Amino acid sequence: MNDSLHLWLIPLLPFAGFLFNGTLGRKLPKAFVTAIALLAPLASFAVVLNAVRSGTGSLVLPHVETHGTWINAGLLHIDFSFVLDQLSLIMLLVVTGVGFLIHIYSAGYMAHEDGYWRYFAYLNLFLFFMTLLVLAGNALLMFVGWEGVGLASYLLIGFWFQKTSAADAGKKAFIVNRIGDVGFLIGMFLLLATFGSLTFSEIAAKLAANPNLTGGILTTTALCLLIGATGKSAQLPLYVWLPDAMEGPTPVSALIHAATMVTAGVYMIARTHVLFDRSPFALGIVAIVGAATALFAATIGLVQTDIKRVLAYSTVSQLGYMFLGCGVAAYSAAIFHLMTHAFFKALLFLAAGSVIHGLGGEQDLRKMGGLRKKLPITFWTMTAAVFAIAGFFPLAGFFSKDAILYEAFQHGDSGKVLWFIGVVTALLTSFYMFRLWYLTFFGESRNPDVHPHESPWSMLAPLTILAVLSIAGGWIGIERFGAFLSPVLGPVADPASLSGGKQLDYVLSIIAVGVAALGWFVADRFYRQRPGSPARLAAAVPAGYKLLANKYFVDEIYSFAIVKPILGLSKYLLEWVVDVAILGGVAWLLGGTASLGGALLQRWQSGNLRSYAAWLTLGAAALLLFVLVPWASVLAGLGIHIAMAGH
Amino acid sequence: MNPFVQALQQGVPLSLYLLLSAVLFALGVVGFLIKRNLITVFMSIELMLNAVNLSFVTFAHQWHAVKGQIFVFFVMMVAAAEAAVGLAIIIAVFRARATLAVDRIDLMKL
Repeated sequence: MNDSLHLWLIPLLPFAGFLFNGTLGRKLPKAFVTAIALLAPLASFAVVLNAVRSGTGSLVLPHVETHGTWINAGLLHIDFSFVLDQLSLIMLLVVTGVGFLIHIYSAGYMAHEDGYWRYFAYLNLFLFFMTLLVLAGNALLMFVGWEGVGLASYLLIGFWFQKTSAADAGKKAFIVNRIGDVGFLIGMFLLLATFGSLTFSEIAAKLAANPNLTGGILTTTALCLLIGATGKSAQLPLYVWLPDAMEGPTPVSALIHAATMVTAGVYMIARTHVLFDRSPFALGIVAIVGAATALFAATIGLVQTDIKRVLAYSTVSQLGYMFLGCGVAAYSAAIFHLMTHAFFKALLFLAAGSVIHGLGGEQDLRKMGGLRKKLPITFWTMTAAVFAIAGFFPLAGFFSKDAILYEAFQHGDSGKVLWFIGVVTALLTSFYMFRLWYLTFFGESRNPDVHPHESPWSMLAPLTILAVLSIAGGWIGIERFGAFLSPVLGPVADPASLSGGKQLDYVLSIIAVGVAALGWFVADRFYRQRPGSPARLAAAVPAGYKLLANKYFVDEIYSFAIVKPILGLSKYLLEWVVDVAILGGVAWLLGGTASLGGALLQRWQSGNLRSYAAWLTLGAAALLLFVLVPWASVLAGLGIHIAMAGH
Repeated sequence: MNPFVQALQQGVPLSLYLLLSAVLFALGVVGFLIKRNLITVFMSIELMLNAVNLSFVTFAHQWHAVKGQIFVFFVMMVAAAEAAVGLAIIIAVFRARATLAVDRIDLMKL
């Protein structure tokens, strides 16, 4: 019997912080708000660390803590159960650890904002839902967290709600996520219909007990869950909300839209991987979606001029990598990449935030340049992140990206194609990251009006810690990482036992580093040695450049194919026909009848006492008449016979 | 001998009481409807109440039932209360409007 680890504290501490700051924060001094907001995730992180300590000791994983029944109706039985296993442990470490660092950073970044208390209340709320999502022992509880992080994301994207673009971006994120959530919901209904349960462990047990259970229903369920995952994790075709989500404050982009929330889709697929394992078709779709997204987003990232948008498309692209990993059943590699990506992408965003902060809100790469000397710590930490994401040995990104590419290569014939797309994406990634690096930090300042200043220590400390993690985060190696996760995600194949053996692994690694170096080299030529050449290249292929700069016109296509028809339908059919004509007409008819009746009856109430008296007397006379006149016989006399009740 | 007097010697018959009650009630109704002075209207109402009281006691006597008489007490009590309240209202109205013509007290409408 395990001792209780008080897992409920992990989500509830940030929730308490949210309630406190959300209700009282407005009236409290800033330092107090900051203390509460930072203590909540720190305490959660401490609880997680305690769980890690127990996990490496006597604790038996998975460790389940159930806090009563939520729903008990017929076949449906759902508990408030939290599950701590190797997978949720890793996720919790990332969420609370990186989350805490970003809370510290936010204290510096948001110091001069009006809605300081509101910002931290939302951030704590996000951590509550995210940890709930990760800890949930069943799909419904996970869905609560899933929706909750969507809400927190919406609130934080629209944090500067006076700005129309921010408010619109928040709405876009919420609505696009809703489309994915429908898939998740239907997937849950199918799970319930197939297995009679939403508890992950029960579903896995039932699948294991029925080795012949395959085919249509599982594929459909898996595809529905995949739709949910594409919404939350910004994959094709639902990725469009993530680049716009950059309207939110930069630490939010780092925490929610790079490190944690957007990886929820990957986590969900890993959590339900038993389902995907039974359906090669669904798994193939996951791989295709991942590979397509990785390449697609990377090409857009090449030409973006907003520093945060480059990073946003990079995030979409890297999430595509994780999906690619899931799609070739390399769940451990995907989670490994999730973790390292959380480190270096959070760092990239935070460093970009530091640059933006130092330049007084400037986000346009074309107006930066020459910041290497002015922002030295930001420069060095960002350099670590750029080299990590580009996949240079021995930084974190190298190990995880290599693991995914290797597993893809080993995944049959189609795997070679996936591997090739992955390598091309790696090349593009390396190019656009070094492009960003050169444009921001090298050359001469292209905007002489600004006087950049290095950020306060509260922002630089998280940068430094994340830089260390971006460098060293991958050293654990996929073998050990996979072995740790294998009780949950299944064993990882040993390279030595596969075709090609260890040598193939080395060859692939060298190719991966080679393309990263090539990307660096090209970026160096373009943006350091010959600064005029990108413009010439763009002028040489104007159509291609326009296509990329306008993000393949996907937003325009969606607007034309989906948004406009729905708006038209709403306006002409729903508003004019249904609302104005039908509902309005009925309301007008009812109201008119009542007011006409009122106007007529109003005359009755004349205020004249004697007319009232007359009506009173008339009424009494009528009653008297009714009682005294033998109506039955009068009518009988007229030839009408009434059947008397009771006679 | 006059048959009417003969009948009276055997006691006043029921129908005469009821006839008297009906006549009084009808007078009350007519007064209620046609009089303009609020006090007269009020008195007409009292007249109607007492006409009803008369028929109550008549029937009570006829059927040897005490209920009718009890009812009369109730009616008298209510009439007394009503007289007190009603007269107070009339005085208040007169103070405010300096008139007791019911046709001119017609502000209680929309």
